[in-house]
Amino acid sequence: MMSKVLMKGNEAICDAAIRAGCKAFFGYPITPQNEVPEYMTKKLPEAGGVFVQAESETSAINMVYGAAAAGIRVMTSSSSPGIALKQEGISYLVGADLPCVIVSVSRAGPGLGGILPAQSDYFQATRGGGNGDYYLPVYAPFSIQEAMDLVFKAFDVADEYRTPVMVLFDGMLGQMMEPCTPVDKKPGNFDKKWAANGNSDGRAPNAVSSLSLKGEVLEQMNLRRFKTYDDIKAKETMVDNRVTDGDEVAIVAYGTPARIVLNAIEILKEQGIKAGLVRPITLWPFPYADFANLPASVKNVVVCELSMGQMVEDVRLGVNGKLPVHFYGRTGGMIFEPEEIAEQIKKIIGK
Amino acid sequence: MGTTKIIFSGFGGQGVLTLGQVVADIALNQGKEVTWMPSYGAEMRGGTANCSVIISDKVIGSPIILSNIDILCAMNQPSVDKFLDKTRAGAKVFINSSIVTDTVVKDDAEIIAIDATNIAVKAGNARTANMVMMAGFLAQTGLFTIDELEAALSRRFKGKAELVEVNMKAIKEGLQALA
Repeated sequence: MMSKVLMKGNEAICDAAIRAGCKAFFGYPITPQNEVPEYMTKKLPEAGGVFVQAESETSAINMVYGAAAAGIRVMTSSSSPGIALKQEGISYLVGADLPCVIVSVSRAGPGLGGILPAQSDYFQATRGGGNGDYYLPVYAPFSIQEAMDLVFKAFDVADEYRTPVMVLFDGMLGQMMEPCTPVDKKPGNFDKKWAANGNSDGRAPNAVSSLSLKGEVLEQMNLRRFKTYDDIKAKETMVDNRVTDGDEVAIVAYGTPARIVLNAIEILKEQGIKAGLVRPITLWPFPYADFANLPASVKNVVVCELSMGQMVEDVRLGVNGKLPVHFYGRTGGMIFEPEEIAEQIKKIIGK
Repeated sequence: MGTTKIIFSGFGGQGVLTLGQVVADIALNQGKEVTWMPSYGAEMRGGTANCSVIISDKVIGSPIILSNIDILCAMNQPSVDKFLDKTRAGAKVFINSSIVTDTVVKDDAEIIAIDATNIAVKAGNARTANMVMMAGFLAQTGLFTIDELEAALSRRFKGKAELVEVNMKAIKEGLQALA
């Protein structure tokens, strides 16, 4: 058992990535994720890897494509407007079935917006801005320990399903420190027969491309990819559902705001109101089933996000009209307080 | 002990983020739950900086402190102006009185003035004023012992014994001034 260390979120995920066998990092600076490239520029070469500060986000994601095509475990990181610039590359990575890990430390938008924490990039992460029919697994940690564990896992999931995987959290988690135990596991070992990594052994050359001009062929490729998505939905959906029978309200939040909701639930409890948290850990695949199967005691569902309301759409799909789904959010980098959420909940349930 | 909410605040460069990290590191080594959260606006040297440290026996929810501060460590006047009203009744408020020249009054708080910058200069290094404030924590909060503090500094300045020494000197001068 490794002992606990005190680390910033942005550094902790790098430690996890290196332990997962990440051997290449390409990035471009943007607040609030600059500790990621700062850490990688020093530690990745020490671990036998390569760090390149690219000339732009677009360039960085295309370098990721190159390394992934060569079968190397590779990561990039950015923040909201930077992730927007990477969307084309992400679509190409999907089209070429290339595994990689993309860390998105989100900030307030739209446009350049501000550098304070926000969750207004839920759609960007789960629906994407790239072209074509595709999804990516998206992990949303709420503690530094979970961020470490999920980044480590993301590399295995990426390789297993041959897909880019995103880890999404806000600047709060990136900047804060709390005790965490570095991952002490062996990364998965995947035989990448498809990799374009030299064929001096005499095997037929591999080609990696997202171009497919024949409709019949491309349709089959897309159908196969969506079969993989069914697999991912069945095996990789993660949720922290703390709603128990007797709770009258289910509060839904992901990432660090879920921690604020936990404080709000304590306040409500002191006032005799029973509420439980549902915290999606994978935003895609989304844990729809948990919302279809809430205990009968739950009369209201309240979604709290640091946005104008994005995940609330998925919650409504999950609840499917069975219960009223309410929303409370703050935007622009403003963060709600536990007391504020407790007040909103009381207003919603009429207490 | 329950939960202790501490704010360290001062000019950028006064070492308030470091103070918070040292206290967080001690808490970790005491086996407690702890979070350290910096303000990360567009800060610069000479601007204001602060960090929130929460120490608890149970899992910590939000790492943000907005009110009911248990301990405030204010290294300059803007920090007093910003956080004094947000301290809880009975809070301990450590003031760097070398720089904070306005009289600090809050009837339900315990104000502890420490001539930190001047004591640090006397001890030989103005940059250790943050550690002189730490002497206040040692003398007044019961959060940790001088041995735990020295161990934390040794972890922080691994292989740089002279830095541990410089900081410990400031802490001891601070303790003497407070005695």
